[in-house]
Amino acid sequence: MANVQLPDSLLVYNYVEGDENALTILINRHQSKIFGFIYSKISDRDISNDIFQDTFIKVIKTLKSKAYIEEGKFLPWVMRIAHNLIIDHFRKNKKMPMFRETEEFSIFSIMSDDSPTIENKIIREQVEIDLRKLIEELPADQKEVLVMRMYQDMSFKEISEITGVSINTALGRMRYALMNMRKVIDKHQIILTN
Amino acid sequence: MAKIYSKKKLVIPTMKPRKEIVSFLLNYSKALSIIKGNKMSFEIIAN
Repeated sequence: MANVQLPDSLLVYNYVEGDENALTILINRHQSKIFGFIYSKISDRDISNDIFQDTFIKVIKTLKSKAYIEEGKFLPWVMRIAHNLIIDHFRKNKKMPMFRETEEFSIFSIMSDDSPTIENKIIREQVEIDLRKLIEELPADQKEVLVMRMYQDMSFKEISEITGVSINTALGRMRYALMNMRKVIDKHQIILTN
Repeated sequence: MAKIYSKKKLVIPTMKPRKEIVSFLLNYSKALSIIKGNKMSFEIIAN
């Protein structure tokens, strides 16, 4: 008769009626399922132990206060408590659950690093050096306007005031500066892309 | 090569919580008694 397994519902009933041994059987029966479930989400043994403990503290309190309604779903109920505590844990740490790398799913398919790579940085620096050289080749009046506009971020009104020419002249100089640069770029087949 | 469409099962070895945790819970349960009154409930933990 030792092998006869009492159903969960009866053990819960006995426990509520004061049979502490019933809780021992319930914990022993379901501990690996519940702990495994928590660990599968948390991936940390210590935190999983904490959540397991908190889960059963809630279970004990609810049963002892006779607030549990027996519907023959003891394990799903405990799992739901554990699930809610897991969510609380992630909320507290503001962390998303870990994604497991599998053959079908790679974490890098949804995550990317937007910062430029070393190669991109080197290319960008080279482009800027080339551009500076091109600007140096421009006639002085065009160079002056272009540098003020692009590097010093001045408005054409400010440029016209500083250089003592009209806004239209400053705009024209800018236009010629760009045209001249394009010509040189085309002529020498310079590639200025990253 | 035939494609295998079934997903690989993640093998999780049987895991159990620490023995101290289970023992703590059993002792906690033995020590705890909840008395319900009018709209109130009292938790008593015996040492």
